[in-house]
Amino acid sequence: MSTDAAAPAGQLPDAAGHFGRFGGRFVPEALVAALDELDAAYRKAMTDESFLAEFDALLRDYAGTPSLLYEARRLSAQIGARVLLKREDLNHTGAHKVRNVLGQALLTKRMGKRRVIAETGAGQHGVATATAAALFDLECVVYMGEVDTERQALNVARMRMLGATVVPVTTGSRTLKDAMNEAMRDWVANVDSTHYLIGTAAGPHPFPEMVRDFVRGIGVEARQQCLDLTGALPDAVAACVGGGSNALGIFHAFVPDTGVRLFGFEAGGEGVATGRHAASITGGSAGVLHGTRTYVLQNSDGQTIESHSISAGLDYPGVGPEHAWLHDSGRATYLPVDDDEAMAAFQLLCRTEGIIPAIESSHALAGARKIAPQLAAELGREPVIVVNLSGRGDKDVHTAGAYFGILDKE
Amino acid sequence: MSRIGVAFDKARADGRAVLVGCMPAGFPTVEGSIAAMTAMVEAGVDVIEVEIPYSDPVMDGPVIQKASDIALAGGVRTADTLRAVEAVAATGASVVTMTYWNPIEQYGVDAFARDLAAAGGTGLITPDLIPEEAGEWLAASEAHGLDRTFLVSPSSTDARLKMTVGHCRGFVYATAIMGVTGARSQTSEAAPVLVSRLREVTDLPVGVGLGVGTGAQAATVAGYADAVIVGSALVRCVLDAPDQAAGLTALRALSAELAEGVRNPAR
Repeated sequence: MSTDAAAPAGQLPDAAGHFGRFGGRFVPEALVAALDELDAAYRKAMTDESFLAEFDALLRDYAGTPSLLYEARRLSAQIGARVLLKREDLNHTGAHKVRNVLGQALLTKRMGKRRVIAETGAGQHGVATATAAALFDLECVVYMGEVDTERQALNVARMRMLGATVVPVTTGSRTLKDAMNEAMRDWVANVDSTHYLIGTAAGPHPFPEMVRDFVRGIGVEARQQCLDLTGALPDAVAACVGGGSNALGIFHAFVPDTGVRLFGFEAGGEGVATGRHAASITGGSAGVLHGTRTYVLQNSDGQTIESHSISAGLDYPGVGPEHAWLHDSGRATYLPVDDDEAMAAFQLLCRTEGIIPAIESSHALAGARKIAPQLAAELGREPVIVVNLSGRGDKDVHTAGAYFGILDKE
Repeated sequence: MSRIGVAFDKARADGRAVLVGCMPAGFPTVEGSIAAMTAMVEAGVDVIEVEIPYSDPVMDGPVIQKASDIALAGGVRTADTLRAVEAVAATGASVVTMTYWNPIEQYGVDAFARDLAAAGGTGLITPDLIPEEAGEWLAASEAHGLDRTFLVSPSSTDARLKMTVGHCRGFVYATAIMGVTGARSQTSEAAPVLVSRLREVTDLPVGVGLGVGTGAQAATVAGYADAVIVGSALVRCVLDAPDQAAGLTALRALSAELAEGVRNPAR
């Protein structure tokens, strides 16, 4: 039996959830008991063969993993690198996120809770949570910034079809950050009955570690698939970074492979220099947001600055604390990709491979395109780059159609 | 040793609980917030809790969040909140600051402690900082002689109550309910239980907050706690008023009602 979910021993974080100076718990005391309960349940589950077997079976039989590693030959020719796409877009619900929600929904059931709440930006995590809630017969409430409910109306409808209640959040910037605040408030008030199913590797301990462990199968699979396909490890792994769950998922198994370079591509929006972006590592500074210490977009008073990205899924002014640590330690490199670069890569994949990617994932594609010439120069040969195609583009068709001016008037 | 102890000693001599009133600095303006807090003191509030407005206040309900948003939109800076502390301390009231952690980290923990002490503040209430993450603040508060108020909750285990009060100085903040700030129609049944659990592990004064908004509720809480903490109901007086004068009038009336409540505890 595969135990993809079980993390190797002796790695970060420490017992209190610290990745170096990042991570930890910056939460109201009212949540500490629930976080301790979750931590204990998660640790017990990860050493429980029956839990791991149930999780593996769900991933295989329900989510459709292992996802393919597809050699994108026509794209490769355009980019000047041998590009292998980790097809997380082929998973049930269309993204890597199904792995995390299945893991957390199983834990919710184990803890005897009957209700899950979630926050969502693009709606992918909301749809995944609503899906798992339907499968496990849990009550489901999804908080979503009002702005995002408008730009992702299709996913709102999906969540409702699946039986979830979608609550548009009208405070602050009315995007993902504010949805997360509302979900935290709900959790403080209903912690006895409710599990907060956080959608990314951020938030207070143990969420960053737990979410990473539930999605780390992406990298475990990709590593083996790359070995099988090419006979060697890749030269680089590329992923987009908003909160950072898909990136951690694919990075984690490669962290000990020091010859494999890890690249996280943040949403550069209109350009980091314009201040209108969502690049927390490239354009932010260390601070505390949503229960953890990490890189945050903030002013000198510590007030959070609104993020901007054409991708609702990356539009978040923080990042998971493990990415902050991977950046500080130099193990991973984080670079911004702006909206136009991402959309050019979106179009390129559509036209060369017949795959419509999520705009999130298009940032990773654009990043691979950006680093390919430099890697080729350094290596003196065509580099092999694994790109995490973390989600499919159905939800983004309207945004992309508007961007390219190809929507017929209704 | 505790700066806020004066307020508790005085109230104890009168045989009553302390009334703590909360207001975000800079709401609706810095001067307006100083006027509001001064009016509260004049009407009988013993301790003013000056909240530093923050963009992502996860423990606050809609009333205080709206007030904080107004303050931030008006351009209030952390330094302005210290000016408010100084002005209110000059009235003779005890002033404690309530703050989410990130603004303090960005200001510089030791620098903030130094400046708060210089402004006459007694210490900090930290709703999203638990003792485990508070190393820098523990050191800075020692260095500058400031009080530390961590929160405890009905969900806190006995071990956590003991650990948390061990790090408090001045008073401990008992959250009456599982939830966020905001006045509620009924007082909490969990609060008296939590306070009696605290009495087992500490001699520190216990303040009870969240959900208290009327004189009758204040009297109920004063029956078992050493301090009654009121926020949203006071903030609402200013938020709902058509102009500043009306806001101050409403604020004085509610403060007086609450002050009357803590003087007539329901035991």
